[in-house]
Amino acid sequence: MQQKPISCLHTDVLVIGAGGAGMSAALAAAQAGRRVLLADRSLIGRGGATIMAQMTVAAALGAQVEDHWRHHYADTLKAGRGLCNEALARVLCEEGVDAIRLLDSWDVGWARKDGRLAQVQAPGHDRPRCVYVDILNTGPAVAQTLRTRVAREELVRRVGDLLICELLLQDGRVVGALALHLDSGEPVLIGASATIIATGGLTRLYRRNSASLNMGGDGFALALRAGAALIDMEFVQFFPIGHLAPRLVGFDPIMWDPFRYKLGGRLLNGNEEEFVSRYDNDAKRDGYTTTRDAATYAILKEVEAGRGTPAGGAWLSFRHLPEAALREGFGPVIDKLLANGIDLTRSMIEVAPIAHYHMGGIRVDTDLATDVPGLYAAGEAVGGANGANRLSGNAITEAIVFGLRAGRSAARADAHVTSSAALQALAGPLLAELRQTQPGGTEAAPAALLTQLQDVMQDYVGPFRTDAGLTEALRRLCHLRAALGPALPGGTGPQDPTRLDALDLRNMLLVAEAVTRSALARQESRGAHQREDFPEQDDAWTVNQAISLRNGHWVLARQPVARLPDHELASDNVGAHQ
Amino acid sequence: MNKPNSEEQAVRLRVRRGCGDGPSRDDVYSVPVDAAASLLDGLRWVRNYLDNSLAFRYSCTNANACKECMMHLDGKVVYACLARPQPGAEHLVEPLPNKPRLRDLVTEIAPTRERLRLDAEGSSGKTGD
Repeated sequence: MQQKPISCLHTDVLVIGAGGAGMSAALAAAQAGRRVLLADRSLIGRGGATIMAQMTVAAALGAQVEDHWRHHYADTLKAGRGLCNEALARVLCEEGVDAIRLLDSWDVGWARKDGRLAQVQAPGHDRPRCVYVDILNTGPAVAQTLRTRVAREELVRRVGDLLICELLLQDGRVVGALALHLDSGEPVLIGASATIIATGGLTRLYRRNSASLNMGGDGFALALRAGAALIDMEFVQFFPIGHLAPRLVGFDPIMWDPFRYKLGGRLLNGNEEEFVSRYDNDAKRDGYTTTRDAATYAILKEVEAGRGTPAGGAWLSFRHLPEAALREGFGPVIDKLLANGIDLTRSMIEVAPIAHYHMGGIRVDTDLATDVPGLYAAGEAVGGANGANRLSGNAITEAIVFGLRAGRSAARADAHVTSSAALQALAGPLLAELRQTQPGGTEAAPAALLTQLQDVMQDYVGPFRTDAGLTEALRRLCHLRAALGPALPGGTGPQDPTRLDALDLRNMLLVAEAVTRSALARQESRGAHQREDFPEQDDAWTVNQAISLRNGHWVLARQPVARLPDHELASDNVGAHQ
Repeated sequence: MNKPNSEEQAVRLRVRRGCGDGPSRDDVYSVPVDAAASLLDGLRWVRNYLDNSLAFRYSCTNANACKECMMHLDGKVVYACLARPQPGAEHLVEPLPNKPRLRDLVTEIAPTRERLRLDAEGSSGKTGD
């Protein structure tokens, strides 16, 4: 039987991922007059992390108190524990101001107080700097606003249910991609002068996560295989009090944080004793100075000592508060909780640290260009701006700022037309695999292997790491790769779950290994990377690590942190002047 | 399952399956109650431990943010991440009836303007749109 010809799309700019960063990139490239193909494996503007964001967005607007982007920048660097790429952090903070105003002009609905934008002081900020959309609606409002703008751009073609499987390289330049059209199961070729990876982070690598399905780090895998370097991959941010048990239906697992702060929820161990303050000194000695890190440390240490809750976390209790206060503080949420069988006046819930955000990512310059010509990155997929720990409120800001900037940069790329025949030749072996059905079933279900991978990462590459544990993780990842086997399981039909899980697993194995190898090499504790066998922060490690693949082999290298020449000026640290 | 008690406590999901316009069949899966707090949890458990070929779609997993997991439960439209199966009950799970079926519980839910129709595309390098 003759094989069907392969569909081929041509565009100026291919944007992979239609969350906040991808939609911003598409808008900027279109406004610069370029045709854009905005592709997402899920629905446009509904998958990914942006729509899940409940909390706040940082920008030095000065709407409530005097502020300047340099203050925001200083806080960002402080949170990053000496590892921020200062040039990128500056872009984030400086351009964040206009980005947030731009969203305001598009009627995103930032909350207002006395006619001015309301700004709250999130942890780690020196003043009220964070805007939000009521009630806990920041992410959905940002996503909806960008969706509406993107839909109005005639030059942006939106294509959902299109999974980008591989970037195509010609003479060392990314010239397009091979994709899987999920509605049909058929491969599709895309030719593009420039490609932007905006696929977000990798939190789905962990058993306990706040991730959507598409946060398996596929953009990192695409970048690695295309020859780009990843930076700071050992820094995975854990959110200390993610929901653990009982299973809550219809809630984001990071829901408890605002209520805990607002109402004074108490964290208790398995014996119902307060414990966080007990770790204060230890935590400070080990460099856990921020609220986030300290609670994570205390909860996991308590569990380790056998004083965890039944599901392996800590209790969060609001029982000391009168019902009226709870009802006022939680609003309609309290009835939703009751429908889940949770009466906060009587019962406690279990919380534990969950993977929430990735500081590491694709190495870029301030044009958001990677080391590979034709390839750019935006949003959480970018590494470097947040160093060893991200400041609260910077994630949406960086999505918009880096997205717009990457879109403008990609729009400046020289036109590069690659024929369909050439693209087909470049797609090579993976294209052949995608066009074949793997006969027989799989020995191990890719979905089950994927769950095992999440266990490995949670147990050995979580917030606390050791040489032995990380080495064990590498061994287990190797076994999982063997269990998946070299052939691509599943069939060629529409929405084949076995095939999709296997493609995800391939990418996740690669990215998990990049995280683990980077974590094994960094023999110190800093920010989100905590080594129990190297509990101190070590000045000799004030360097970034870059990891890449060369001819199928991992290459791990150290590089000096990118500093700005005007660092002294930008810093608020007046006492430091000589 | 040989323990009648655990069987009683299981959730039974009768899932209408098939591809495109092709024939349909029902597969019945028994899922432990604590693995099926939501219908989506139950389906994910089936994919992991009973049948990795069962197709359904979702993205945000928990929060009813992505609106992808729409399907029919006992004849009513639900979001699988919000619907709660009843212990001991057998539920009929079907794809949305008013959307073209792709596979099992996956239907074409994306807006027309955000879907790629391969039959409308060139294979020789025709420009999109």
